[in-house]
Amino acid sequence: MRMVFANTLIKLAEEDERICIITPDMGYGILDNFQKLFPNRYFNLGITEQNCMSVASGMALNGLKPYVYSIIPFVVHRCLEQIRVDVSYMNTDVKIIGVGSGFEYGAAGATHHGTEDMAMIRALPNMTICAPGDNYEMEEIAKLTAKTSVPTYIRIGRHNHGILNHNKIEIGKASIIQEGKDIALIATGNMLPVAYDFAQELKKQGYLPMLVSMHTIKPIDKELIVNLIDNKYKIYTFEEHTIIGGLGSAVSEIIAESGKGVEFKRIGINDEYSHIVGSAQYIREQFKLDLKGVIEQCC
Amino acid sequence: MHRKIRELILKCANTSKASHVGSALSIVEILEALYFNVANINKDNYNNASRDRIILSKGHGSLALYVTLALKNIIPLTSLDKYLVDGGVLPCHIDMNSANGLEASTGSLGHGLGIAEGFALSNRLKNIHSRIFVIVGDGEFQEGSILEALNSIGSLNLNEITVILDNNKFQASAATKDVADIDNYEKIFSAFGFDVQSVDGHDVDLLIKALNKKSQKPIAIIANTLKGKGFSFMEDTLQSHYMKIDDEKLKQGMSELEVVLS
Repeated sequence: MRMVFANTLIKLAEEDERICIITPDMGYGILDNFQKLFPNRYFNLGITEQNCMSVASGMALNGLKPYVYSIIPFVVHRCLEQIRVDVSYMNTDVKIIGVGSGFEYGAAGATHHGTEDMAMIRALPNMTICAPGDNYEMEEIAKLTAKTSVPTYIRIGRHNHGILNHNKIEIGKASIIQEGKDIALIATGNMLPVAYDFAQELKKQGYLPMLVSMHTIKPIDKELIVNLIDNKYKIYTFEEHTIIGGLGSAVSEIIAESGKGVEFKRIGINDEYSHIVGSAQYIREQFKLDLKGVIEQCC
Repeated sequence: MHRKIRELILKCANTSKASHVGSALSIVEILEALYFNVANINKDNYNNASRDRIILSKGHGSLALYVTLALKNIIPLTSLDKYLVDGGVLPCHIDMNSANGLEASTGSLGHGLGIAEGFALSNRLKNIHSRIFVIVGDGEFQEGSILEALNSIGSLNLNEITVILDNNKFQASAATKDVADIDNYEKIFSAFGFDVQSVDGHDVDLLIKALNKKSQKPIAIIANTLKGKGFSFMEDTLQSHYMKIDDEKLKQGMSELEVVLS
């Protein structure tokens, strides 16, 4: 997925000479082609995440379109106050690219896991948040957000997934991957393929769940959720992120304010860090975020 | 000009009952040298891409900047009446959307140098040759992001950037030396690749000379200043950071200025 982003950005940068990349020494093997093609627009500013965000803000104020690229905890958490003041408050056209969503950097440990980032950025005014669930969404989101001038956080996974979304993508509008009734599975990012597999399991059991890809977390597609509530769907949310402050929270806020109770469950990380040694997939299994675990949690 | 700036600072501080007056008073001559002598910025070009830029990274000194911008006709003089009053226009810490001529929203410390670096790098891409000045506080110098920025600006040798360190020797709660005892800023700037000068930060002519020095490296000017400069009841005191200017202090201040003026 990172390569899809990097290759798409090269195409975009060919058309838009304002696009440039700032990295605090990340993207080895990923951003190399961009660096080769646009050496003047590639800035490895050293392991200085706070400074990188301020530099990006200065560039954006000066009419460029900077993309700041790193692993999520370094490009979000480490420089959160710079994002708040220089990007969100000053409303600058900075695109923040966080790689390794959820447990993607599993073996690297919790210092490298991206598990609270959506909650942090969601609380900041002016921000758009996208979390593509497959490579098609990744490419489309890269293209669509390049056309906007609003501060945007794109949270991307590390590995390649099969294409699940075949709809026309619109920022702020969820994609219905599979129509259904009574049950709605709303997934984002890495959890989209898991929710898809879960939907097929439910079908085997005679249910017909709707599958929704919530590739934009902010602004959230309120209309779709209200519609699900009005039609009394049982709603499940799936995110590789803490259940506090991310997709599940965003959906639950709409349910709570609708004044109409529906059955609802958040699937995600239950307010804890991983202290587990092992691969991303192994950690997901321990946190019951693989298909088997999701079936166990939901059924 | 610095006397007029001080007069207006004290009057605004009296109207608004605002704090950070001492922090504004220490940078008066620095702003005079920049806005009235060295930097290419005026009421006609403050939106032009080719203008020089001045970033007040120590955003709590905003009152001195607002007054200077008003005296440069970049913002209306009447807007000073709307400094930090209910329903006003000019906030305590800088919101770049609040008035013309503000290059960045500052107030949280340690942001200005990075933004300056962004200006410099993008100007280079756009083939614009202009200077970028950043005023940093000595207390602010404790922020980690300052080190990140100095390292990066020095490594890239962005010699269009000039850093002016307002070395007024006090921060919010203590004398700076009692918190972080840096007795040699010159060495630090030098180590990061800056061309360093140390001057009396209240001598406009010396400041102009230092600011106009041609260099192949980014420039750092250690401006040795006094917090609360210009008024006996504030000068060189920690208390000037939060001191409120009541009517009596205003009266005394004006009287002291008149003495100076006469």
